[in-house]
Amino acid sequence: MDYINAFWVGGLICALVQILLDKTKMLPGRVMVLLVCSGSVLGSLGLYDKLISFAGAGASVPLLGFGNLLWKGVKKAILEEGVLGIFMGGFTASAVGISAALIFGYLASLIFKPKMKN
Amino acid sequence: MKKQTIGKQSIEFERAPHILGAASIVGKKEGEGPLGKYFDKIGEEDGLFGGKSWEEAESTLQKEAVSMALAKAGLDQQQLRLIYAGDLLAQTIASSFGILGFHTPVYGLYGACSTMGEALSLASMAVAGGYGDYVAAVTSSHFATAEKEFRFPLGYGSQRPLSATWTVTGSGACILGTEGGKARITGITTGKIVDFGFKDSLNMGACMAPAACDTIAANLVDFVRSPQDYDRIITGDLGEIGQKILFDLLKEKGFDIEKQHMDCGMEIFDKETQDTHAGGSGCGCAAATFAACILPRIQKGEWKRVLFVPTGALLSKVSYNEGRSVPGIAQAVVVEHC
Amino acid sequence: MNSPQQEEEKKKAKEYEKYVKRKTPAHSLIKNMAAAFVSGGAICVFGQGIMNFCQNAGLDKETSGSWTSLILVFLSVLLTGLNLYPKIAKWGGAGTLVPITGFANSVAAPAIEYQKEGQVFGIGCKIFTIAGPVILYGILTSAALGVIFYFLHMWGIV
Repeated sequence: MDYINAFWVGGLICALVQILLDKTKMLPGRVMVLLVCSGSVLGSLGLYDKLISFAGAGASVPLLGFGNLLWKGVKKAILEEGVLGIFMGGFTASAVGISAALIFGYLASLIFKPKMKN
Repeated sequence: MKKQTIGKQSIEFERAPHILGAASIVGKKEGEGPLGKYFDKIGEEDGLFGGKSWEEAESTLQKEAVSMALAKAGLDQQQLRLIYAGDLLAQTIASSFGILGFHTPVYGLYGACSTMGEALSLASMAVAGGYGDYVAAVTSSHFATAEKEFRFPLGYGSQRPLSATWTVTGSGACILGTEGGKARITGITTGKIVDFGFKDSLNMGACMAPAACDTIAANLVDFVRSPQDYDRIITGDLGEIGQKILFDLLKEKGFDIEKQHMDCGMEIFDKETQDTHAGGSGCGCAAATFAACILPRIQKGEWKRVLFVPTGALLSKVSYNEGRSVPGIAQAVVVEHC
Repeated sequence: MNSPQQEEEKKKAKEYEKYVKRKTPAHSLIKNMAAAFVSGGAICVFGQGIMNFCQNAGLDKETSGSWTSLILVFLSVLLTGLNLYPKIAKWGGAGTLVPITGFANSVAAPAIEYQKEGQVFGIGCKIFTIAGPVILYGILTSAALGVIFYFLHMWGIV
């Protein structure tokens, strides 16, 4: 069951974003920013965790989930560290995702060569 | 010397410069397209043409095109007086490094994809004015350098709308002189920058069509000709959508060019099998197509008089990010059999 | 206030835009949405598989989530290097952009493309061209929300 929910919720989020891409001619970069920010907002309203408990990876894998993760990190850090947490939580929570992308991305630049499209 | 200007923005040469030789070189995809058999040289799949980077590859394209054109014209490198060269990259580095080795005086040009029209116009003015016996015009574009310059890195996943064009990897060069050859440039019409306030850089046909309309109409008025006076009116890279718009806009001005019109961008790729959407683009598109299949047909006399109108969309990443529109420009050259 | 001439130009630009829109064919939105649904859904299911595997192995939810991100990012970078990700994305559209794999692709693609321009100003700077804004605005938004949370918490509202 968790696979089915992950599939249709994750798929639905992507399909809705496709409307945004096709109809507004928004560049992909802007869409990604919008998703992460929206995820943080939805998280702070307590809505996104509910979606994750229903859809699992269907909600946590899309970038909305990344935004939610940032928010949760900030909240946790504030509760533990106070003001300092505002400046700490986001990066702590997103460390794995961002570091992985940067490290693997860098390694890829050593191994792979740019290729022509055809 | 007699006054050679005619109408508002055209020149009719008293002694029309001749096109002595022309050559083209393209990438593999272009070589697999409908015009494949006409190009002088076709590159490998890696698109590098022996270079280490895309930019180096594009410079090689220009170097090769000029060398081959010189050989076809039966000229020696030392006989070349001037080169007019241009490309799409920032500060036109593909031209700078491509032409470097010729040790010949150079004028570097930028007119986006219309640059071959600009180069031919200026080269023919130089020859007609007596400023050089042998003058070259060359432009190039490369799919990968253009993607880097104007869009995304090649490995980035994105979808292209149907209005998008595919930048041609290729270069074309022409050698102009005072006599010889079977084709000559009898006149030019210099284009104005035309801005309809359109902002979608992934629909460049729509950005450029108003400029093409303006220049073609000006040419017909200045020379007091009708479209039938040309065997072909050939635009650079308007693509399918741009062509439809051009027809509509010219009809508003009272000209119907549907019978004569051809677009290099629509000829160079097969849109059914090559997935290029609206057509090819880039200053190598018009240049390579002109050298490979327009000029030979004029030289053979199959076409007696052709209006060649490369079109350009004037934008940069900066102007795009600052929310400016994408104005167009088109440069017309009248080429006749002789 | 704009001059009447500017107003006139704006009106003309609007009209031209409308006219161009009529002349321009577009991909079928339904077809694109379906492709995004399937590809995005499939990536999420794959993520769910990793998550379940980790949890079955005894890891807690948070750690499983981290492993899921790590593996998805790795695979996306690998597919980008092999030049397969752009091919999948051409079909999948938002389905490959929205998941974290899209983020990883946006990091790896410029890193590979700009290696020729050097370690610092090539790879170093350009690696952030698309991902940088995502990180900046994500951190900024969550921090701003954090400030609000901090005060609400201090006043005992939440």
